[in-house]
Amino acid sequence: MTVRSRQSRTIVTTLALPPTGLRFENIDKRYGGLFALRRVSLEISPGECVVLAGRNGSGKTTLLRIAARIVSPTAGQLSFPGAAGDSAAGRPGYVAHTTMVYDELTAEENLILFAKLQDVPNPAARAEELLREVNLYERRDSAVRTFSRGMRQRIAIARALIHRPSVLLFDEPATGLDPLGISWLAKTLGEVNRSGCTVVMSLHGESEISALATRAVQLDAGAVIADTKTGASLRSILSFGGA
Amino acid sequence: MTKRILLGAVATALIIAAGYANFYVAPTERTMGVIQRIFYFHAATAWAGEMVFFVCFVANLLYVWKREQKYDWLGVTCAEVGLACITIVLITGPIWAKPVWGIYWTWDARLTSTFVLWLLYVSYLLLRTLIEEPGRRALLSALFGIFAFLDVPLVFFSIRWWRTQHPAPVIMGGQGSGLDPTMKKVFFFNVLVMHIFCLFLIVERYVLEKLRHDVDLLQREAEVQ
Amino acid sequence: MALFSNTATLLNKELRTEFRSRELLTTTSVFILIVLVLFSFATNPGTEEARQFAPGLLWLAILFASSLMFQSCFLREQVNDTLSSLRLAVSDPFAIFLAKLIANTLFLLLTEALMLPFFAIFYNISLWSKLPVLSLVLFLGSIGIAVAGTAISAISAQARMRELLLPLLLLPLLTPVLVVSATVTGSLLDRDPVVQWKGIAFLGVFDLVFLTALWIFGQYLLEE
Repeated sequence: MTVRSRQSRTIVTTLALPPTGLRFENIDKRYGGLFALRRVSLEISPGECVVLAGRNGSGKTTLLRIAARIVSPTAGQLSFPGAAGDSAAGRPGYVAHTTMVYDELTAEENLILFAKLQDVPNPAARAEELLREVNLYERRDSAVRTFSRGMRQRIAIARALIHRPSVLLFDEPATGLDPLGISWLAKTLGEVNRSGCTVVMSLHGESEISALATRAVQLDAGAVIADTKTGASLRSILSFGGA
Repeated sequence: MTKRILLGAVATALIIAAGYANFYVAPTERTMGVIQRIFYFHAATAWAGEMVFFVCFVANLLYVWKREQKYDWLGVTCAEVGLACITIVLITGPIWAKPVWGIYWTWDARLTSTFVLWLLYVSYLLLRTLIEEPGRRALLSALFGIFAFLDVPLVFFSIRWWRTQHPAPVIMGGQGSGLDPTMKKVFFFNVLVMHIFCLFLIVERYVLEKLRHDVDLLQREAEVQ
Repeated sequence: MALFSNTATLLNKELRTEFRSRELLTTTSVFILIVLVLFSFATNPGTEEARQFAPGLLWLAILFASSLMFQSCFLREQVNDTLSSLRLAVSDPFAIFLAKLIANTLFLLLTEALMLPFFAIFYNISLWSKLPVLSLVLFLGSIGIAVAGTAISAISAQARMRELLLPLLLLPLLTPVLVVSATVTGSLLDRDPVVQWKGIAFLGVFDLVFLTALWIFGQYLLEE
């Protein structure tokens, strides 16, 4: 099924998977004596667009990395209700501060690499599809080393979406982007979310991107202190006001 | 606490007893003379050291499996005590060898693999000082400790089988066969004593490590407030 | 099997990345050359004694070069945190190690192949007739060096002073490889050459032990 808007192509042409949620149960993450996360329990329903807000060091990045399964929690359970088994597509897509692709390889080579690793059928075709949708097709044969900040953001998103994940995790997406970049990102994330992908992103402050949120959660010192689901206001959370 | 003091007292008493036995109970060796007496201490420490490193290996495995801090503490404790034993072996060896064989060192299997063992565990301790985060430090040093211990038999046999072109004077082991019965008793007494003394050292060092961790925790909590 | 297809994909990436820049290969080859030349200044090549030392010096040069070569192995995955994206994407983390150690073995072998002619010339040793067995020794020795080197590279990449730490951790571990490879190579290049099959088998055992250890414990090396 292809979702097309009037003006441009959309980034998600098919969602092959059942919508998936996220469940954190009593997640602890300790580094030595320091608790990065303390008994965090959070239930995110399929299709939600959740913003994680909080000061630097509040645990947002750690929580996202645990959800991405790059970091293992010291205690507690993470699950993905609704996920289709342990298939590659059941893995979340994850975008962080770095591109997480190889500078020496071209945009196309990078995408094909990650497509092949995750058993995406027709890796070359899928890579081309994504390159067109993030407007990098003309630069597909350029090494990522030569890309600007905005382009790096786009290749990172393409990498995260290559396997059609049903959950997308985004750590501070707007960092370093100019207003045009932020608009494009907001549009893209909106499309991704509307097609059924659950989106969880960490943000600082209000923007076009925070306007997409269906829910916001505030973290402080590794614990959840406010949640729009339980009545807190989105605005106050985004300005770190707490409940 | 009293158990520790008791252990310390017993260990110290035993070491003194062993020293006495080495000098006054064991008969003087025919060919080598008085210097041979260092053999009891030297070889017994070597055996104890190897045992301690084995415990270190087990602690490393247990840490990787269970991730409980106490295994990390046991690992670093045994590495340090073992290293102390090996250092003693490497020092007393040449002290014995020079008057007897005229040379300080020889590249026979036991000595060389002991020296490589020493290098490996020095590296283990060095690795620990270069990683700040306690969880990473514990895991990575445990993994290196496992690789190091697996390497030791390979080092020993590689040298024993391929470095025997120049027959080296056998510093230890050769004495074991045909030992005078009194000498044998003294030797095994030394082995027992060194094991108990190492146990004492391990207990004390372990307690120290735990204390260090507790202080660190308190400091961090104080900083947060 | 997923492990093999992932390994193949990653191996392709490793080789492609290296052959595009060829930085590692050129610097390592030049380094071995420099070491061989320096050894010749320190000893006295051409004399009979130097010929006896030559095999040992060759392996020493290979060891030193490898401790440089493996520095970048996991460091290059830290630049853009590609290690995280790889861990996310592969089904078996051992594929990451397997691809890297195969690539490292190949790079080592290539460097050795480039260096052998120089070695033969400097020390006046004829290698042609012994090439098959010599290749086997170089192959098994290089695998051992690569397996240990890849594992240690993963460890040192997470510590401070990693450039100094890597040789410190790696070289003591590789003593068996040095001893056996040098001896076997020596008796192979002797006036009355002898093939020490026991030594060659020992190298195989070393490789197997460390490969198994890496297979069991590799995933923990990558944990966060």
